[in-house]
Amino acid sequence: MNNEIELIKDPGLPAHKHRRTDTDERYAIIAERQVALLFLLSAAGTMLLIFSYIFIDTDTFIFIPLFGSTNAHQLFLGLGMAFALFFIGAGAIHWAKQLMPDEEVIAERHEFRSDDEDRAEFVKTVKEGAAIAGLGRRPLIKRTAGLALGLSGITPILLLRDLGPLPTEQGMTKWKAGTRLVTDPGDRPILASDLEVGAVAQTLPEIIGEDKHRKLSDVAKDAVLLIRLRPEEFNLDAERLSWTHEGIIAFSKICSHMGCAVALYEQTTKHLLCPCHQSTFDVTRAAKVIFGPAARPLPQLAVTVDSEGYLIAQAPFNEPVGPSFWERSS
Amino acid sequence: MTARERIAGNVAGYVDDRVGAARYLKKSLKKVFPDHWSFLLGEIALYSFIILLLSGTFLTFWFDPSQREIIYDGAYEPLQGVEMSVAYASALDISFEVRGGLLMRQIHHWAALLFMVAIVVHLLRVFFTGAFRKPREFNWILGIGLLTLGIVEGFLGYSLPDDLLSGTGVRIAEAIIQAVPVVGSYLSFFIFGGAFPGELFIPRIYIIHVLIIPGIFLALITVHLMLVWYQKHTQFPGPGRTEKNVVGYPLMPVYMAKAGGFFFIVFGVTAFLGAVASINPIWLYGPYTPGQVTAGSQPDWYMGWLDGLVRMAPPLETYLFGYTISWNILIPGLIVPGILFTLMALYPFIEAWATGDKREHHLLDRPRNNPNRTAIGAMALTFTLVTLMNGGNDLIAVTFGLSINQMMWFSRISVFVLPPLAFIITKRLCLSLQRADRELVLHGRETGRLVRMPHGEFVEIHEPISAEKAWLLTSHEQIAPLELPEFDEAGVKRPQALKNKLRNRISRAVTTAVPKATETERKELADGHH
Repeated sequence: MNNEIELIKDPGLPAHKHRRTDTDERYAIIAERQVALLFLLSAAGTMLLIFSYIFIDTDTFIFIPLFGSTNAHQLFLGLGMAFALFFIGAGAIHWAKQLMPDEEVIAERHEFRSDDEDRAEFVKTVKEGAAIAGLGRRPLIKRTAGLALGLSGITPILLLRDLGPLPTEQGMTKWKAGTRLVTDPGDRPILASDLEVGAVAQTLPEIIGEDKHRKLSDVAKDAVLLIRLRPEEFNLDAERLSWTHEGIIAFSKICSHMGCAVALYEQTTKHLLCPCHQSTFDVTRAAKVIFGPAARPLPQLAVTVDSEGYLIAQAPFNEPVGPSFWERSS
Repeated sequence: MTARERIAGNVAGYVDDRVGAARYLKKSLKKVFPDHWSFLLGEIALYSFIILLLSGTFLTFWFDPSQREIIYDGAYEPLQGVEMSVAYASALDISFEVRGGLLMRQIHHWAALLFMVAIVVHLLRVFFTGAFRKPREFNWILGIGLLTLGIVEGFLGYSLPDDLLSGTGVRIAEAIIQAVPVVGSYLSFFIFGGAFPGELFIPRIYIIHVLIIPGIFLALITVHLMLVWYQKHTQFPGPGRTEKNVVGYPLMPVYMAKAGGFFFIVFGVTAFLGAVASINPIWLYGPYTPGQVTAGSQPDWYMGWLDGLVRMAPPLETYLFGYTISWNILIPGLIVPGILFTLMALYPFIEAWATGDKREHHLLDRPRNNPNRTAIGAMALTFTLVTLMNGGNDLIAVTFGLSINQMMWFSRISVFVLPPLAFIITKRLCLSLQRADRELVLHGRETGRLVRMPHGEFVEIHEPISAEKAWLLTSHEQIAPLELPEFDEAGVKRPQALKNKLRNRISRAVTTAVPKATETERKELADGHH
């Protein structure tokens, strides 16, 4: 049945159509000049680049509509470079399309599979090679060589051991009972009475001692956000309420999802939002997750005031701060 | 013979006496390449890579990959007196004190974005035209490897300046590493040399970014191109083109001029972007400190889909026997991308298994003629676009005044609903297009000319299409579905009956097609057998 159906036939490669530049020498000359012009434009581009590099000061600003105030040095340097490169390409392609031969050429393909004979010979060669080496006959060599090679693979792994210490104190912070909260930046202790209702402050634990320098790996765990609400706005159990001081509540600023700084506080809704993945925490309910991919609330820092009225931590965080890790127990 | 020809001949002879290159080059210079605009996509990727090597080398002359903290006193006044890493300060110096430095930084970043765009669009071209089929499966896998490396390389690259935005990206990467069950904390402490961020990761990712990955890139790209060269390029179907030939233009001089010229055009366009379009203005973000963040934190586009997946993940964590498994990070950050990339790498083998087709293919498919593959591609593309869009949900919400919560729920539902819908619609569309092709071959082109017949009937005049067009529309092969036996001669179920039944069903779905027009049908129509 299939044999009776006649398929539509391949009419073969269409006859070649000559370009105007092939048939009329005048057009060929025009094309030649066009190519030359394009190359000259490129040369002009390089000139612009050299001029901008030497004669336009790096702090020259000019006003360009749409772009606004733009650094002229960088702009013309770049434009010169762009023109220089682009027109080399445009010239070469115009040349190829107008003046180089455009008759299609047909090349044959060959199957990649080797002849059966070659395949058989290859297998034979491999087998003979293996036989000469005596792999099959000398299992002792084979096994000890395997052992040696396998063991030597341990070396690079072992040598990389000192890339870093074993994980310790993950999520552990410098906050202790009595640590003063100080402003970041500024390192000034904060009087509870200075914080108005609705205020937000970014804080860090006070450093006691000479070296006031903070390591970033400490900031990455210690950052705490201080927010003051009206006490009646809280919706907390008795324990968590005792961790606040006259409406002042403190949370770890490091997101419990992936560790970004939870920096956006919306005063009207009392929500904290992490700008990385939009996890949203409700400040009035101890930073409970109300939206987004975070699975845990932000750890809450218990705060109170010392005898001078400065805000201090009542106790360290009662759980690791920051993103989850395998060894975390809850 | 002119003097110039004699000198050229002598030089060529000198070289050939020593390396015998003439035999090989004589053939190579005549090598034929088929012409099609979509074959330039891979070229763009290659040229962007060369631009990246050139501009990147320029940047290394001034960039200092150190996390030592210093007080900035450079040319950019708003940041003078601010404590920052040497890496960030030197990136500022390149931008403000090295002439052409900012231009090179911007060219480097634009070239990286273009590199990834070109790779992805090239991949789509190869996928939708079936260019990955035997014998080109190895090159498909190499391509997936290059894509993966490109994503990693790009991420490491924009992390190097150690500005607030890039540091936030590294923080997220660290959280993904740390979420790996059992070994996560160890991996993170080894990579960062202690607790995040430490003072070691910039020098470490620097050497990976400028030496290790570019080295692997060079090796893989070389093999990728050698295979293209050796296996000869695929070509689109058309009159005179068969599985046994290549129709195109010779390397010398046409392709050398065109490809060489195209490199300069790509470089020129990248330089233009670097000159007029500001990208990654690190001086506006400030130095990285873990206690701060910028609103609207966005990764580069090729990481956007991953970020979008992470954003839409449900807030799930499991606490078992004192250990934590963070599904909210593992699923979007490792499991889903892992599955997707594995399926993508294995696709050529999956398709060959489903169709049972083990032959070589050098003629490309028109996407409509393989509805199932095209629909799978549309499905994958839809999934990626939904996740990519969710990666910018905050910006979209702000721009269009939408609620971010609604946006997120839209994405969470869409990511499950839209891809299958895209599959169904695309498959139907392909079959409709096949039907239209069939109509066109059998009845010709509608001319829009209406003629009134003597008996009052109006008919539209149809013009027959050219022989070339008719061939183009019918030259594709329509393979029959597999019919693997489920029962043996005695009518007893074979041991692999279930497997064969499944394969038959898949094969039927994969080979769905509108029968293409034939000469026999055309003749019958011409003879008036309606």
